[in-house]
Amino acid sequence: MNRYPLWKYAIMIVAMAIGLLYTVPNFFPQVPAVQVSTNKPNVKLDNALLGRVESTLKTAGVPVGYSALDPTGVHIRFQGGDTVTQLKARDALLKELNQGVADGTGSYIIALTNESTVPKWMQSMNALPMFLGLDLRGGVHFLMQVDMKGALDRAADRNMQDIRSLLREKRVSYGGVSKSGETLVVQFSDAAERDKAQVAITTSNTDLLLREEGSGGDLRLVVTLKEEAKKKLADAAIEQNQKVLNNRINALGLTEPIIQRQGVDRIVIQVPGASDPARLKDVIGRTGTLEFRHVEAHGGKNASQLEAAKNGSVPFGLELLTDRQGEQILVRKQPIITGERISSAEPAFDGQNNQPIVRVSTDGQGARILREHTSQNIKERMAIVLIEKGKAEVITAPTTQSELGAQFQISGNMTTRETSDIALLIRSGSIAAPMEIVEERTVGPSLGAENIERGFDSVKWGFAALAAFIVVYYMVMGLISAFALAVNLLLLVAILSMLQATLTLPGIAAIALTLGMAIDANVLIMERIREELRAGAKPQEAISAGFDRAWATILDSNITTLIAGIALFAFGSGPVKGFAVVHCLGILTSMFSAVFFARGIVNLVYGARKKLEKISIGTIWRPDEVVTKPATLDAQ
Amino acid sequence: MEFFRFKRDLPFMKYALIFNVISALTFLVAVGALAYNGLHFGIDFKGGTVAELHFNKTADVAQVRTSVETLNTGEAFVQNFGSPTEVLVRLPIVQNISNAQMGEKLFSAICGPSRPLNESKNACGEGVEKIELKRVEFVGGQVGRELFESGALALLLVIAGIMMYLAIRFEWRFAVAAIIANLHDVVIILGLFALFGWEFNLPVLAACLAILGYSVNESVVIADRVRENFRKMRKASVDEVIDNAITSTISRTIITHGSTQIMVLAMLLFGGETLHYFALALTIGICFGIYSSVLVMAPLIRWLGVSRENLVKAEGPPKDPLEAEKILA
Repeated sequence: MNRYPLWKYAIMIVAMAIGLLYTVPNFFPQVPAVQVSTNKPNVKLDNALLGRVESTLKTAGVPVGYSALDPTGVHIRFQGGDTVTQLKARDALLKELNQGVADGTGSYIIALTNESTVPKWMQSMNALPMFLGLDLRGGVHFLMQVDMKGALDRAADRNMQDIRSLLREKRVSYGGVSKSGETLVVQFSDAAERDKAQVAITTSNTDLLLREEGSGGDLRLVVTLKEEAKKKLADAAIEQNQKVLNNRINALGLTEPIIQRQGVDRIVIQVPGASDPARLKDVIGRTGTLEFRHVEAHGGKNASQLEAAKNGSVPFGLELLTDRQGEQILVRKQPIITGERISSAEPAFDGQNNQPIVRVSTDGQGARILREHTSQNIKERMAIVLIEKGKAEVITAPTTQSELGAQFQISGNMTTRETSDIALLIRSGSIAAPMEIVEERTVGPSLGAENIERGFDSVKWGFAALAAFIVVYYMVMGLISAFALAVNLLLLVAILSMLQATLTLPGIAAIALTLGMAIDANVLIMERIREELRAGAKPQEAISAGFDRAWATILDSNITTLIAGIALFAFGSGPVKGFAVVHCLGILTSMFSAVFFARGIVNLVYGARKKLEKISIGTIWRPDEVVTKPATLDAQ
Repeated sequence: MEFFRFKRDLPFMKYALIFNVISALTFLVAVGALAYNGLHFGIDFKGGTVAELHFNKTADVAQVRTSVETLNTGEAFVQNFGSPTEVLVRLPIVQNISNAQMGEKLFSAICGPSRPLNESKNACGEGVEKIELKRVEFVGGQVGRELFESGALALLLVIAGIMMYLAIRFEWRFAVAAIIANLHDVVIILGLFALFGWEFNLPVLAACLAILGYSVNESVVIADRVRENFRKMRKASVDEVIDNAITSTISRTIITHGSTQIMVLAMLLFGGETLHYFALALTIGICFGIYSSVLVMAPLIRWLGVSRENLVKAEGPPKDPLEAEKILA
């Protein structure tokens, strides 16, 4: 009765083999590596690049141990594999491929990474190590809240300007445009003019909702955004912010950054192994907005007005700012265009005199406004202003040389360093809505290593103590249970690796806890077998009945645990989710290992013996009377 | 080896009233501690900043406290964390300033002018004077509230899910008794956390929910036996049936919980500070889990009036041969 057909043993062997195959990669060490990739669509990652990388490193005297090209880029590992060589290689490659520009504006991204040394044949079967969570490898986690109200407010600002220039263009006479919150109010004194304006506005921008108000000589047009336009705007704002964050973080050349939208108005940023969280925070925390503004007065123009302003009488609508060279200029508060209109900004070289320049592109609307403004203001200066936390800072204030369009360049006595800085700042300035860090978790690499050790020690010693106890208490059957528990651990780790789950410290805790709980199934079976033996059953019958009868209880008790696990998964966040995943998977693997696998081994050990007299399952203690018969009188 | 040698069924039900009074008292103490002290929420739920610092010599906690006080954040905790060279600083959310920058401000205040910060701003000073910033966590108020709400929701979902399952699998009386018994465990965990001012954070909440699911196992096993006994012991009274169910499963209950506790103990010993409260919550939960399944749930099903009729009759004729064999036996 305790025999498995051959296919069941085959399943056991296959499960063990798969378990081993997918668990083993976790034990291969990670070595320092360099990855060359790109975020520019026109740059190719090909064998020519690989050759160039290899020869560069050879010239620089870096001992290359492994180099390969895959769709994600060129991967280089080193002989000896220390971080010093890694840095040396990075610097050499930066110099060769990106002319020393390290801010991500060059053609390539040269990132320091850690690569697993898992053999190719394993990798080709997707046998890869688990991801380690930030608490285990160190790193930074940020949750950014995007201020949608701010985005809508800015959209209203933009629309106000658009309406003004549109009405001027169409020669509609109006009394003025005012803004309160997200609502714009346009004043008219004549109903015919208002109708004209209404037609002009609705045809030029279909996202706006117009409502007529007032009577007689006080006529108004109330302008708001349509609901679907608001939603579109919010989505676009998040997407834009995400893109900006992506650019900024990639520019730092960090490993595997994760930038994801979470919920309606949040963005999660995770950068594992970030060695410089302060710099990262500085870069992503730069939530400023960029504005192009008209310069009213500077040293060579309206000097007297400038002097007066310096003495404290700043005219209404103007602002006294200092540019990077320390020169004070008087600029308009009202921007010509804002950062959202900028689609790109890159450092480059002028084709004629080879001077470093910044090349800027704008979207259609931005180009139209700029063209209109600059055509009337040639030889005037225009300030590019970054506003951060209410403080305005002039990045540069060049003189307009000609009418600007969708693409223009900023030139003049700048070093390459300055142009790349300005380009970075202009691009960084183009976030669509202000953001705020609402959650931060930074774990240093040393703590990460400690956490791995602690988690590993907990599992190791817990497992050892548990196995020792179970073997002493249930003898050979206990040994089989302990083996089944080890298989459980193996399968759990294998499944987590297959799913490429992220292992966190709570996840390791869940592994330990799950093992502790999984033994429950074995205990249930052993106790049932003992009970059957106590009641006088033959050993073979006892084994069979023990496994069969314990099954219903095991299923029951695991389902309740599974319910808790699923709820944790559904509502947990971050580390708790990791805990829940491991917990749920552990329950499933424990049922397989404790019931199916342990039974198989018991069958293998005892099943073939026809005249089995005794099972080694520890003491079977028999009371004088049989326990299953209730001791009615004694209980009274 | 055999730890449990019962010659006869232990008369649990005879003393049911006493157990119920004890449970009610512990429950009241726990609720009292919760009401009086309140839970000491970690930054996960309350918002705020936590920083873990490593000193190369024994840390001068008093001095760190003085430096922290210069930030004027109001209530701030400074304490040793696991060893004399580790210090944990916890700051509340401060209105009107950018809390996201608090970690940096805090670290530079602690380093002071004598220890220059390194380039990455995660260490300062040299040699024995060196201080390393091992971990910074900041949770905004809104995020904290959300984590709290989703945690509470998870708890409700677990309770509802388990009750539904037990009601379908057994009967409503079991569902009610089991959930009361196991909530009793959770309330006691929370009560002890409130009483001793231990930090209640996300992992502790996870532990509570895991315990809820785990403890119900015990109730299920006992309920299973009660039902089986109602079928087998046709002439026995309700009390005898319950006593026998508990006695015949107690060995398994204690060994299982003991095994889980071995694992948790390893976590408590080797898991470090991060897992400390998590393991502590599990320990309390496991210990009270044994007590509550045996001595809270069983009396409760009796008070709720469980009987042979409402269990066996509701079942209808047994379908699978194993069940049939049991009834025939």
